[in-house]
Amino acid sequence: MPYGINETMGQYSELFMLLAAGTYTVAFIAFAWDLAKSSKALRAIDLKAAQAEDPARVPVGARAGDRSESHLAGPAGRAERPSSSASPSAGNGAGGAITADADMKYAAERRAPARVAVALTVLGALIHGAGVLTRALGAGRVPWGNMYEFLTTGAFVAAAVFLLVLIRRDLRFLGTFVVGLVIIMLVAASVAYWTPVGHLVPALQSYWLIIHVSIAVLSSALFTLTFAMSALQLVQARRLKAVAAGGTDKLGFMRLVPSALSLENLSYRINAIAFIGWTFTLMFGAIWAEKAWGRFWGWDTKEVWTFVIWVVYAGYLHARATRGWTGTRAAWLSIVGYLCVIFNFTIVNQFFNGLHSYSGL
Amino acid sequence: MSERVNVDKKSSDPVAAAKAEAALPALGPMGMLRWAWTQLTSMRTALFLLLLLAVAAVPGSLFPQRPANPSVVTQYIKDNPDYGKLLDTLQLYDVYSSAWFSAIYLLLFISLIGCVVPRAIAHYKAMRSQPPRTPKRLSRLPEYGTLVIPADAGIPASDAITSAAAVLKKRGYRVEVRDSGGERPSLGAERGFTKEVGNLVFHTSLIGVLVSVAIGGLFGYSGQRILVEGDTFVNTLVGYDQFTPGTNFESGRLQPYSVQLDKFDITFDRESEGKFGQPIDFSAAVTTKENPDAPARQEILKVNDPITLGGTSIYLTGNGYAPLVTIRDGDGNVAMQGPVVAKLQGDNYYSSVVIKVPDAKPDQLGFAGFFLPTAFVSNEGVSFSGDPDLFNPQLTLNSYYGDLGLDDGAPQNVFELDVQDLTPLNARNLDAGGITLAPGSSYTLPDGKGTISFDGVKRYIGVDIHHNPGQLYALIFALLAVAGLILSLYVNRRRVWVRTGTHADGRTMVEYGLLARGEDHRLAAEAQAVRKLLSGEWQLDADAPGPESSQQTPNREQDNDPGAATTTGSVTTPAGPTGPEKDQ
Repeated sequence: MPYGINETMGQYSELFMLLAAGTYTVAFIAFAWDLAKSSKALRAIDLKAAQAEDPARVPVGARAGDRSESHLAGPAGRAERPSSSASPSAGNGAGGAITADADMKYAAERRAPARVAVALTVLGALIHGAGVLTRALGAGRVPWGNMYEFLTTGAFVAAAVFLLVLIRRDLRFLGTFVVGLVIIMLVAASVAYWTPVGHLVPALQSYWLIIHVSIAVLSSALFTLTFAMSALQLVQARRLKAVAAGGTDKLGFMRLVPSALSLENLSYRINAIAFIGWTFTLMFGAIWAEKAWGRFWGWDTKEVWTFVIWVVYAGYLHARATRGWTGTRAAWLSIVGYLCVIFNFTIVNQFFNGLHSYSGL
Repeated sequence: MSERVNVDKKSSDPVAAAKAEAALPALGPMGMLRWAWTQLTSMRTALFLLLLLAVAAVPGSLFPQRPANPSVVTQYIKDNPDYGKLLDTLQLYDVYSSAWFSAIYLLLFISLIGCVVPRAIAHYKAMRSQPPRTPKRLSRLPEYGTLVIPADAGIPASDAITSAAAVLKKRGYRVEVRDSGGERPSLGAERGFTKEVGNLVFHTSLIGVLVSVAIGGLFGYSGQRILVEGDTFVNTLVGYDQFTPGTNFESGRLQPYSVQLDKFDITFDRESEGKFGQPIDFSAAVTTKENPDAPARQEILKVNDPITLGGTSIYLTGNGYAPLVTIRDGDGNVAMQGPVVAKLQGDNYYSSVVIKVPDAKPDQLGFAGFFLPTAFVSNEGVSFSGDPDLFNPQLTLNSYYGDLGLDDGAPQNVFELDVQDLTPLNARNLDAGGITLAPGSSYTLPDGKGTISFDGVKRYIGVDIHHNPGQLYALIFALLAVAGLILSLYVNRRRVWVRTGTHADGRTMVEYGLLARGEDHRLAAEAQAVRKLLSGEWQLDADAPGPESSQQTPNREQDNDPGAATTTGSVTTPAGPTGPEKDQ
């Protein structure tokens, strides 16, 4: 028992968490507003264009559409494989259905609500970070010793990773998704898993807790991003297919989302990083298991599910290299993998008996 | 894994119909085998087996498993008479050693070997061979650009190709210059061979991990022992309470070291309200001897901090209380004296106690009950333990006499007392009542059957002892696998071709093209970098003619051999189209 418990710090931490959740909620609304507003604005422009009897291309749509086209034809587009089931490769008629940049670079036009939303998310993340920090100070150790702490810290990492990626890429279309998930995680932590600050049980007193769990949190945060992207990829692929077939565009806000192929490519790259992270989680977990329980692998329920997740994402990486398995099928694998992550955290921790049970409540 | 993907599966309907009508040639046994092997080592099959493995691993977390909890499995079968036995037939209590689970992973590994070996051979050849010949139309490559060296720079086509080769070599490419004295000298360059090496290392290391695990299972062993303070464990077969040998285990391999438990300390959390009384530190002071003649060493055994001794590791895995009792029989002789290990049952070290006294005369005695470190009685009259520490230790027992059934030599569970053939002496519902003892007190059994006294309390620990010779190798292979994985995901295999020529007006025209094997989102950036390097080499303005601009291309129609102009549509690069390639 190296440090004492500071309950006041713990209370501050809970206050910060509450404030962060509130700020995120406002940010969520702003992100949703951005989607709704942009969709409306774009539709209005389309309408005007249609009246001007220029069926093919129109000012704003054309500007963006052409740019995305040139990108697809250009260097970035070429390096991508044209295997996605609904690849909107330029000129197939679906070009106008995508306003977002294929590279996910920031465009020139200002999206005021999106800017507000990002600013609020940054503010929320700062408060959230303070909450995580005070929790750590209050307990005198790393803030991931039980499910409450794992969830709150994990949500913070998810928000932070999202914001970090935003510096390089315009992923604001993911805002509602990611911030929504962060809010759910915070609420779940406070409602279902709340635990006061406390000491670690002896089984968790190891530097491997810092290494093993931090990498698990980080990988899970990355998987959260790719889950959101894969889900959007499926919706986008369906929508683009429908639009290409001459159907009406029922999901106008999806214009802000890049093409299914770009989503697939970016989520593949993030998944590759997360897969390496998960491999480390598995390995460090095995090393710790050897230190704590005397065997590096024993098919404990948690080990089983960590293995299952690893295999599913390994399948995902292989699927990307198998003809007929790219695109929609790979996206489904990515989603299944993330569902396993969720299952591993919630159901396995609470309802399955295993050696990891103490990390629960 | 393998590149043999069925490309032509999706044929149009008439063709399919024709195929169905056509008589299939007989394959013969060898043909069948070859066909089966091709199927097994195909990427599709590997992917299918991989996903199947994930699915097959799940039941092991749904049902109790024998290796982890044999008694729970027995209970589970008893509790579910309708399907419990059926699940056993399906090996669902031994999922990870079951025939079907083994079949999946063995097939997967065979598929993996069948894929890795040919690929390793192919890659070895590729690494020793020169980059592929220069494609006729560089402009068809995914990355293409041109540069023009002014006539007054005085760099002829052959010099340009030599300096381009030097630039690419410096950038880590393997370069071959072709036709350097000719009209249209060119070069082929390739880099990123470590990608495939990493990929092969990753998959081979997985086989290594599997073999290491198998070695551990063959030559390793593990066992458990409970040590009360003062007890000594000697590493011989009889020293273990429970012992699980590997398949090829020989008892001669046990080194006779000894471990004595001197003292065991627990620190309880007295600070936080929510977890008041939760143990936060276990610390066992032990004296170890490498062998009977070696000098004694003082060591501390803790959770997460095993002791290594004689090629084994010793782990602290459990602990509890062991009340000290003295039992005299009806004749007044001491029939039993010493600590009784109390088995943990509930919160705050609420533990069960079973004492069997086969040496008692005239009748054998048996006791069963509970030990509470801090005894409380609830309003409903139920005893419970209020704290894990020894604030108010109490032993509450029922007693029995009769034949314990130990004399016929059949093994019994020391933690259970079968009272079927015994006559109760003390119990709540009897006139004599139950026995309740505090440390230092004693109780005289009814009918002159003897006495029992509660002398004090000691602590005990449970230790696991493991020897796994495969462990270190598993770690090494796992680390190799990760290194290979990172290489295979982050090294990019690229090819560059450059061709130069002299324009009629004396300018030296340069064109280049890049091609990636597999996914490479940074190929465009690489093209930019190469362009910049080449421009720097010849002191050109890199941005002047855009990489895509075709106007600047010299002799667009004839930038290939004359005959090439007639070739149509398809890309004729020797590397083939940039379609999906097998990389994992």
